[in-house]
Amino acid sequence: MRHVALTVNGVRHELDLEPPELLVSVLRERLGLTGTNVGCDTSSCGACTVLVNGESVKSCTMLGVQADGLEITTIEGLARDGELHPVQQAFHDHHALQCGYCTPGMVLAAVSLISSGEATDEDAIRLGLEGNLCRCTGYHNIVKAVAAAAGVS
Amino acid sequence: MIPARFDYEVAGSVEHALELLGGREDAKLLAGGHSLLPAMKLRLARPSLLVDVGRLDELRYVRDGGDHVAIGALTRHKDVCDASLLRERCGIVAHAAGQVGDPQVRHRGTIGGSLAHGDPASDLPAVVLALDAQLVVRGPGGERTVPAAQFFTGVFQTALGPGEMLVEIRVPKLGENTGWAYEKLSRRAQDWATVAVAAVVERSNGGIARASLGLTNMGPTPLRAPAAESALAGGASLEEAAALAPEGTEPPSDLAASAEFRRHLTQVLARRALERATAR
Amino acid sequence: MAAVGTPVKRKEDLALLQGRGTYVDNLTLPGTVYLAVVRSPYPHARIRSVNLEAARAAEGVVAAFSGADLAGDWASPLPCAWPVTEDIKMPPHFPLAVDEARYQGDGVAVVVAESRALAKDAAELVEVDYEPLPAVADVEQALADGAPLVHADLGTNECYVWKLESGEVEAALAAADVVVTRRYRQPRLIPNAIEPRAVLAQAGPAGDVTVWSATQVPHILRFALQLVLGIPEAKIRVIAPDVGGGFGSKLDVYAEEALAVALARRLGRPVKWTEERSENYVATIHGRDVVHELTFAATRDGKITAVKSVATCAMGAYLQLVTPGIPLLGAWIYSGPYAIPSYSVTFTGVFTNTTPTDAYRGAGRPEATYVLERTMDALARELGMDPVELRRKNLIGEFPYTMASGLTIDSGDYHASLDRLLELLDLDALRAEQAERRARGDAKQLGVGFSTYNEMCGLAPSRILGAIRYAVGGWDAATIRFQPLGSVQVVIGTSPHGQGHETTFAQIVADRLGVDVDDVEILHGDTAVSQLGMDTYGSRSLAVGGVALWHASEKVIAKARRIVAHQLEVSEDDLEFANGTFSVKGSPDRSMGIKEVAFAAHAAHNLPDGMEPGLEETAVYDPANFSWPAGAHAAVVEVDTETGDTRLVRYVAVDDVGAPINPMVIDGQVHGGVTQGIAAALFEEAVYDEGANLQTTTMATYLVPSAAELPSYETDRIETRADNPLGVKGVGETGTIAAAPAVINAVVDALSHLGVTDIQLPATPERVWRAIQEARR
Repeated sequence: MRHVALTVNGVRHELDLEPPELLVSVLRERLGLTGTNVGCDTSSCGACTVLVNGESVKSCTMLGVQADGLEITTIEGLARDGELHPVQQAFHDHHALQCGYCTPGMVLAAVSLISSGEATDEDAIRLGLEGNLCRCTGYHNIVKAVAAAAGVS
Repeated sequence: MIPARFDYEVAGSVEHALELLGGREDAKLLAGGHSLLPAMKLRLARPSLLVDVGRLDELRYVRDGGDHVAIGALTRHKDVCDASLLRERCGIVAHAAGQVGDPQVRHRGTIGGSLAHGDPASDLPAVVLALDAQLVVRGPGGERTVPAAQFFTGVFQTALGPGEMLVEIRVPKLGENTGWAYEKLSRRAQDWATVAVAAVVERSNGGIARASLGLTNMGPTPLRAPAAESALAGGASLEEAAALAPEGTEPPSDLAASAEFRRHLTQVLARRALERATAR
Repeated sequence: MAAVGTPVKRKEDLALLQGRGTYVDNLTLPGTVYLAVVRSPYPHARIRSVNLEAARAAEGVVAAFSGADLAGDWASPLPCAWPVTEDIKMPPHFPLAVDEARYQGDGVAVVVAESRALAKDAAELVEVDYEPLPAVADVEQALADGAPLVHADLGTNECYVWKLESGEVEAALAAADVVVTRRYRQPRLIPNAIEPRAVLAQAGPAGDVTVWSATQVPHILRFALQLVLGIPEAKIRVIAPDVGGGFGSKLDVYAEEALAVALARRLGRPVKWTEERSENYVATIHGRDVVHELTFAATRDGKITAVKSVATCAMGAYLQLVTPGIPLLGAWIYSGPYAIPSYSVTFTGVFTNTTPTDAYRGAGRPEATYVLERTMDALARELGMDPVELRRKNLIGEFPYTMASGLTIDSGDYHASLDRLLELLDLDALRAEQAERRARGDAKQLGVGFSTYNEMCGLAPSRILGAIRYAVGGWDAATIRFQPLGSVQVVIGTSPHGQGHETTFAQIVADRLGVDVDDVEILHGDTAVSQLGMDTYGSRSLAVGGVALWHASEKVIAKARRIVAHQLEVSEDDLEFANGTFSVKGSPDRSMGIKEVAFAAHAAHNLPDGMEPGLEETAVYDPANFSWPAGAHAAVVEVDTETGDTRLVRYVAVDDVGAPINPMVIDGQVHGGVTQGIAAALFEEAVYDEGANLQTTTMATYLVPSAAELPSYETDRIETRADNPLGVKGVGETGTIAAAPAVINAVVDALSHLGVTDIQLPATPERVWRAIQEARR
């Protein structure tokens, strides 16, 4: 067991973690934040993407103990005062989700991509989402939504 | 999905890391974890102790080393990619770091972790090899510098001894007359290279003074292409030289490509890399 | 304003976008224990012994069982609902293997522990003594003399032979100016719903059982659990909460569902199992894996006179829910959208030491359409005819049209979709650029490929299902229930997992009843709420369930009309109903809104004599025919002739899916469907080695494409109304059916000037490069 303190969606949590507990397990099982999904076991699909200090990270490829002292944002922490985050709103407006399982990770990957200034055009958005797999949408509407949220055409 | 059990310690300094590492035979260093944790999740790797060096900010830098650029081993791919000093003076490293994995991987994975993992299919090893980079290693016996040519010794094997740690990567500042390119074929953007070729070409008087080629995923380690390099030095055309690039290699056959196809790809990508490097 | 036909934004989104989905793995009950399945690492092995001692002694372990330990728990094997022939071989398939493991991943033991991690740790301690046996993965090798037998007691790997013939095929072949025969291997595909499977089972003290499962088929699962476990269906409640995609892979009844229930009953604690992705690759069904030989007979001027298909189809090691029937779903459309008078289809189902196959998006129809559309191009080359012209020459022109295979297509306009496609494509410009690149000898060559298709979906008329030996019916049900104050609850028998029924079905009801879309709540996926239903697969939800909903609305309106006529003291015939209001013809001020009627029906103060209170109606709809969407698609690819790397640069789809309910959702289905077809064309292939060991064991080696590998798409529609009250057709599978041949036809087209005539699936860089090398030789 190791004692760690991490801030998730603005709330500080002190936890005793076993080293093998992945960050995604800590979020889902310890903190009940089940919005972060798991889709693979090889860091391929990106469903578990969260923001760590503002940048997208696959929470299945990070130990909970590695998150000691860091700021985590999950999908549950994105909307503010009942208002969807602009990327969430754009996903809704452009029908960028179907089954919704990849959506939390896709949205957070997009938030990170836009905030890094790299979502400059369609090709850059497509490349910037290379780490997130969706099986429902064919990405067409996801790319449209991210472009709209990023203010590029 | 869940790693087998292990102990975990956080290193407060390089010395502390070395001390912890030396304390257990199958201990492993954990940097960004993007090579090690996936293997542990599939239970293909089962170290009994992880020494987390991820908090050693002292090894997170890109700085001017005079004739070279010094990169701290724990510098993340993202930061290598964005470093203006590298972009200006050794752009191939910044470019190749941007080719590793996907954005999420680049937000956590480190240059040192990637090189120390010794995966012949990953991008940075062939690039540092082509650059004749120097790798600074610290161990119980002090610090030593290993040329990239001697660092990679086999599949997932390096010259790092037990209890040693890669602390810095020194890449040359490329001159005005030196062009570079990294040409990669991968099935998906996020995949490892099927084959990639790094080219660093020093031009003089309209010809080529010196060229080096680094090959990704063409054998158990990243490789140079000596036959092609000497042909270029001897005045061969880019195409003639590129045809020699796979000479002497024994590439793997796997789901992505057969050995025969890899040899062919190496010729194509070497030619394209040389063309681009000489034009840059 | 009418809701139908407009892009109403989805009601489902708000929860899903904020991480409030109810996927099974998000649910945990007090006292839940976790199940791990020990799986055979061998493709084929005798199980000599299973030693559970160490596992049972491990930290946190509640119980561990071998297949033999649980053998008494099963009232019958896992069901196969589609014995396609009388003499089909149906080896029993129990949730755990007892004596022999027959594919890599076959479950041999289970461990239950206090946490997932502890269950996984303990599962590693189970010692199984295996005696490896010879194994076979390839369908053709499995039929060869002396091949290892998957089920030794059957004496053969042949599961069944099924034939459909009509017209004079052999005579047409003998008389043909041109006969073209081509051979195709369609690889195994792994469905890869991004949510892996999961199940949580709870057994109550009174013998009742509640099962939460990531399933497309809660009703079928309830039915099957009675068969497997002997629990009366009436005591079983199955809940499919939010389900993260299915694509057919969750249209099944799986060992882990039965195991979780059996263990929950034995242990008296809720049991949860969540699949890992690499486990999904062996434990969840695969699709395709078919070898075809397709033959056309044609006249010199391009009229096709006969089609003959001979296919060898992998079943895998066991028959899952509808494994043997998958080829049959394509059996009637090997003539596709073309008028071909003579017709012959033969399927041989074959056991191999592999994960069972079953429905994967399109199920049988992509197989048929692929070989048909590839051979159309082959015939065009043989005749020296433009592939578009050849298609046009053979397209069905008049509807309804009865195909040689015997089924009747109700509606369509196949020429119109092709015309529209060509308008959008600007083929002349593409051909000009292609010619320029060829003339310059560019490394990157351009290719254009076509696929005109039709599809038989909307499964299915129950009588036809009975005639082709499917075990149950193909109807569906809907209940519309006005609450006293006018909001509407709708209970549907279909079980969406991404399709958006909560929105589209609400649009249908809102328009019929004249209420707001927001007043309509769609309930689904819980057999306690929705007693009647046949679930979601085969592009049936709208074409069957949606039409049931229409009929239920008519019943509600009829009852409401009686109430209004009674209260306003007019005859029912004197009432007209529009925009949610009944009014007396000629006296529009005498009217009653449907919400008022709902209240009156609940108050029951003044109802016609004998009328039951309440405003709630159920309709069950059994379609008279299949649904027949169709369309014309084109792919434009750029092929790097030096590396073989192929990049899809444009994809244009024109579909006829009948009257649109929500065009935004339709486009989304087309985008997703097309992508899975493109993925099959360029990326995806589950590879087994000679010894039947799966090589593509993770998402890192089985290549599901990302946004970075794909372009945006161009989609459009033409509209012919289907022969049902809504005029709707299925849409969920069209793209997957159409796309793969369009893409491969484009790759071949890009390289045709080099002499390339065929590339097998998927068109990997190496396959493309080798095809060029071979053509040069």
